Amino acid sequence: MALSRQIFDTVIVGGGGSGLRAALQLAEAGHHVAVFSKVFPTRSHTVAAQGGIGASLGNMQEDHWLWHMYDTIKGSDYLGDQDAIEFMCRKAAEVVYELEHFGMPFDRNPDGTIYQRPFGGHSQNFGERPVQRACAAADRTGHAMLHTLYQRNVRAHCQFFVEWMALDLIRDYEGVVVGIVALEMETGEVVIFQAKSTILATGGAGRIYHSSTNAFINTGDGLGMAARAGVPLEDMEFWQFHPTGVAGAGVLITEGVRGEGGILLNSEGERFMERYAPTMKDLASRDVVSRGIDQEIKEGRGVGPEKDHVLLKLDHLGAEVINKRLPGIREIALKFANVDPIREPIPVVPTCHYQMGGIPTNYYGQVVAPRGALGSSEVIPGLYAIGECACVSVHGANRLGTNSLLDLLVFGKSAGDHLCQWLKSNPQHRDLPHDAADRSMERLSRLDSAQSGENITEVAQAMRRTVQHHAGVFRTGPLLREGVEKIREVAQRARNTAIKDKSRVFNTARIEALELENLVIVAEATLVAAEARTESRGAQAREDFKDRDDKNWLKHSLWYLEGSRLDYKPVNLQPLTVESFEPKVRVY
Amino acid sequence: MTATLTREQERLRWRSRRGLLEMDLILQRFLDQHLTRLTETEVRAYDALLQLPDNDFLDLAMGRKGPDDAELLPVLEKIRQS
Repeated sequence: MALSRQIFDTVIVGGGGSGLRAALQLAEAGHHVAVFSKVFPTRSHTVAAQGGIGASLGNMQEDHWLWHMYDTIKGSDYLGDQDAIEFMCRKAAEVVYELEHFGMPFDRNPDGTIYQRPFGGHSQNFGERPVQRACAAADRTGHAMLHTLYQRNVRAHCQFFVEWMALDLIRDYEGVVVGIVALEMETGEVVIFQAKSTILATGGAGRIYHSSTNAFINTGDGLGMAARAGVPLEDMEFWQFHPTGVAGAGVLITEGVRGEGGILLNSEGERFMERYAPTMKDLASRDVVSRGIDQEIKEGRGVGPEKDHVLLKLDHLGAEVINKRLPGIREIALKFANVDPIREPIPVVPTCHYQMGGIPTNYYGQVVAPRGALGSSEVIPGLYAIGECACVSVHGANRLGTNSLLDLLVFGKSAGDHLCQWLKSNPQHRDLPHDAADRSMERLSRLDSAQSGENITEVAQAMRRTVQHHAGVFRTGPLLREGVEKIREVAQRARNTAIKDKSRVFNTARIEALELENLVIVAEATLVAAEARTESRGAQAREDFKDRDDKNWLKHSLWYLEGSRLDYKPVNLQPLTVESFEPKVRVY
Repeated sequence: MTATLTREQERLRWRSRRGLLEMDLILQRFLDQHLTRLTETEVRAYDALLQLPDNDFLDLAMGRKGPDDAELLPVLEKIRQS
């Protein structure tokens, strides 16, 4: 069956912050750009970002990009690439002022400059004292950013393909990426999009965890596409967690609740944080509280029929305090946990929030993969990746707050700029290979023809439970090894799913089956990379290897789908213009 | 959800995929209880709600604000109570 074909200069998969920022750079330069999104672009998950955009504008106190760079590298536990981090921190002011110029409604100081908020981990003079660096638009920063960028893209005649799902990359015989295969949900039609260049901007894949703050659309589609096309995934063992998400839902309960006197209890009614942090107790730092909760669950002192969460008790604060100081929390508990915290404790569990790893790129957004000996990375021509789906790597083993929105803007723009130049020297479309759509069509025809097989909801549930239990906050060798075995069984089941509804028109079961294939790839990469890394660094906390091991592990992991094998590449400790920040013990 | 959905219902189900997890959860519960029984008027009202930005929709769904258009209220009440 011959598929129809459309031709663009650049196709961008994903309509969130990074995809829109890159699209704008290209469309305003007059290039023919197509953006693909499963949902309307302003409903991308970027909308959930509230905290702000980190930039050393110095509007509140003296600030400097070098201090921001230091905070980012320290936050990353020295796994971040220092060239990319210098690039990002130096570009931060520029991209914020551009966004202001585009009409972003930033909060203001009385003198009209952008107001900047305080945020954890932001410091003056290399950790000396806190500095206010976060630029925000009330509690709707992500939302305002998406709307600002979307309006501007419409004006620049960027073409949107909304409710389309990208299925696979097309690589020619020399390995150059020459476009994508995509599915229109409304009609079920599969179309080849031929392009000189392709940008993956599909966001994170936090839905691999049972407890996740991520929206349902965050299924790692770009990561699956890259992995199936032979591109490795970098540092997938590193996921940022928040200690208290509502069990079974994932909606966050802010640390403010514990600040007001809320305490954590295990199944024996014990205030267990007294054992893990005798001084700070329930107010210890995020990672300490997360690990404490997860260890209680792993050691059998979890609550509920599955013993898979703990309790956050605040009824002792009294109705008056709760209604006055924590009204939002009571609202969340009632809505998502079905409990009234005035009378009952809230079930909570460490909850996955952000993916530090992703598709390996340089700071132009070009996807790079090793060829030959360790250390020699080569660009995959025609392919770019930006935002949470990419690993550039500015977040290393742990992301600094407010650097996620900054990442979207800086590397979205950088990829757009680089492509404007690249398209000048690569003005022709390359020929499509004969088998351009074969992989996608095989995936679809398997689903369309399977009369019986695994149930998608059940396999997805098994995947999320496995990842949550075996690659959560508290990790040990035996737990991870068992997890690797289990996730491989799940991956096998995911290759064997069947759907009852064979319609082509708005078949959401079909879409969910395709998403599950992507999620399972990310889940396997996470477990395999975490099991192999025998150290604790940033978000990876190994109970059996409690220390950071710079001698053996100051390197990025690379996981390949083919053979589920690992490779490694060194961390780039050399910034662009300044002296290297040598690894030090991380204390706050 | 076991009943076979019409294409129109499938379309509503997909459009209920949002950028905010809170909205995903709220709408999932609403659809599980009501999707196969929505009247034409309710479908029209729900479609209008789906056009809203996530944050505005969340404010309505949590009852922090009321809708500008009174015709949205019956469906919104079902969403709030789901």
